[in-house]
Amino acid sequence: MSDVEARPSAPSIPYREMEDSHELSHISHGAEQELLTLNIGPHHPATHGVLRLLTTLEGEVVRDIKPIIGYVHTGIEKTAEDKAYWKVIPVVERMDYLAYYFNAMAFCGAVETLLELEVPRRAQYLRVLHLELNRIMSHLVWLGTSALDLGAISMFWYCFRDRETILDLFEMSSGQRMHTRYIQVGGVIEDIPTGFDAKVREFIADMPDRVDQFLDLLAKNEIVLHRLRGVAAVDEETLLALGVTGPLLRAAGNPWDLRKAAPYSSYDEFDFGIPVGTVGDNWDRFAVRAQEMKESVKIIEQALDGMPEGEYVSPNRKYALPPRHELATSMEALIHHFKLVTEGFRVPPGEVYYPIEGPRGELGCFVRADGSSKPARVHMRDPSFVNLQATKPMVQDLYIADLIATLAMLDPVLGGIDR
Amino acid sequence: MPDATGLELLAADLRGAHGDDTVLGTEHFRGKAAFAIAPARVREVLAFLRDRGFSFLASVHGLDYYPEEPRLGVQYEMLDMREVDRLTVRLRVPIDEPTVPSVTEDWPTADHQEREIWDMFGVVFEGHHDLRRILMPEDYEGHPQRRDFPIGGEPVFFTHNESRFPRYTGQ
Repeated sequence: MSDVEARPSAPSIPYREMEDSHELSHISHGAEQELLTLNIGPHHPATHGVLRLLTTLEGEVVRDIKPIIGYVHTGIEKTAEDKAYWKVIPVVERMDYLAYYFNAMAFCGAVETLLELEVPRRAQYLRVLHLELNRIMSHLVWLGTSALDLGAISMFWYCFRDRETILDLFEMSSGQRMHTRYIQVGGVIEDIPTGFDAKVREFIADMPDRVDQFLDLLAKNEIVLHRLRGVAAVDEETLLALGVTGPLLRAAGNPWDLRKAAPYSSYDEFDFGIPVGTVGDNWDRFAVRAQEMKESVKIIEQALDGMPEGEYVSPNRKYALPPRHELATSMEALIHHFKLVTEGFRVPPGEVYYPIEGPRGELGCFVRADGSSKPARVHMRDPSFVNLQATKPMVQDLYIADLIATLAMLDPVLGGIDR
Repeated sequence: MPDATGLELLAADLRGAHGDDTVLGTEHFRGKAAFAIAPARVREVLAFLRDRGFSFLASVHGLDYYPEEPRLGVQYEMLDMREVDRLTVRLRVPIDEPTVPSVTEDWPTADHQEREIWDMFGVVFEGHHDLRRILMPEDYEGHPQRRDFPIGGEPVFFTHNESRFPRYTGQ
């Protein structure tokens, strides 16, 4: 198109050069280009949730974009203020519905910091094991739906097939496929059952090959390469100014990962790499997440190999439920159980911010306790909510088709954005 | 994390640079340092902290300290990625004059979060380029995260009860 300036971010991409070769200067138009405002969403399969995008187009090129959110706001933070601490876990899990272990971990970590409650090492390992399974699961959903946006529908089936295996593992260890309520204040709700170890090993033996298969399908696919390479590159400084974290920031070459930088839940005992990109375009975002799945597999394997013996939940009965079998024999256990289930535990006054590395970036939970058994404020710093602000610098002056691909690579989860 | 001594030194530097009334207090709680500052000075304080390495604004929270006064609170989570150091900057404003200078000009990341705090708590960020509701509907009245805003205080709309609620009678 003659009337659109060539983009510096996308040099020498054949299909765009072909586009450019279409000479359109014979089409007359006014001195100023006419701009079209196009509304995308809130219900649109490519917005990955109930996201509305108000785009201003000049021909096919996005000149301005405004994300509009709030369509699935459910007031979870308000609800949390009306519940005892342990009853908050199921509601915060439902924020980012692809990262429920992470939501629970951030909240429980904040409460444990307020209580100064020590989490047994086995519980920490069990948490890491499930967090990393969750990370793979979340990335699989991202990969499947993103590939779908690019037109590769078979990827969607392959990714959801493997995601199903992880959900079965979650069901085995906690009884639930989603929103498992597995992570508790002080540890986890139950030890892993017999046979879980073997099932996870079966899965992690397969998973790296599966990632390679996905990459064979996509990474050498000319259409995918053309759609991703050199598109929507945003430099590190812009991303940092916008508060972007997680794979998006790592794709731009900044190896910031809270699991390494500020280890929690004994992540310092694991040996894993942090994949980083170079220029921060859509291809880097894709490649970083794909490699992260392999790194997560490494962590899971080490967690299984090094799983310490011991308690799976803090033995402090003031905060953690006693095991079911004790209720029949121990009067004290019954009293603790009754106290915890009816009133919950009280948390000393204070304010704590507990950040962890979620699949989409820094997931921080801010909890203010006022000394009662209900939190006075629960606030999630959801990475999607903050990362969404980077949409405009990413897609400005790109074609609208690239907007869809970029949004997929941004990986927003609207449940987490709207809370 | 700056330890208790480091925090006091930082507070002293800040007082020296921007006046004694800038820092209202310091707290070191569960290994985490925090400043309480005068609301009007927030931009200077964050700029000062940026020069000290805290160049990443990780999060902005809103709070309601009901029934304590001043009621509304805003907190800025600063992060130093090189030293892996975190610091909280707290400020509080009264509910009848809830104005805080917006930091979006220096920290573009605060855009969505300041809008969220305006939406949920009614804190007015002066100088924000587009201070509109972000999560609640645009025509919503009230700030639902305030502690005196009742939970379940709104009717749930269904087709069988729509005639009872004037908003849905079509007038």
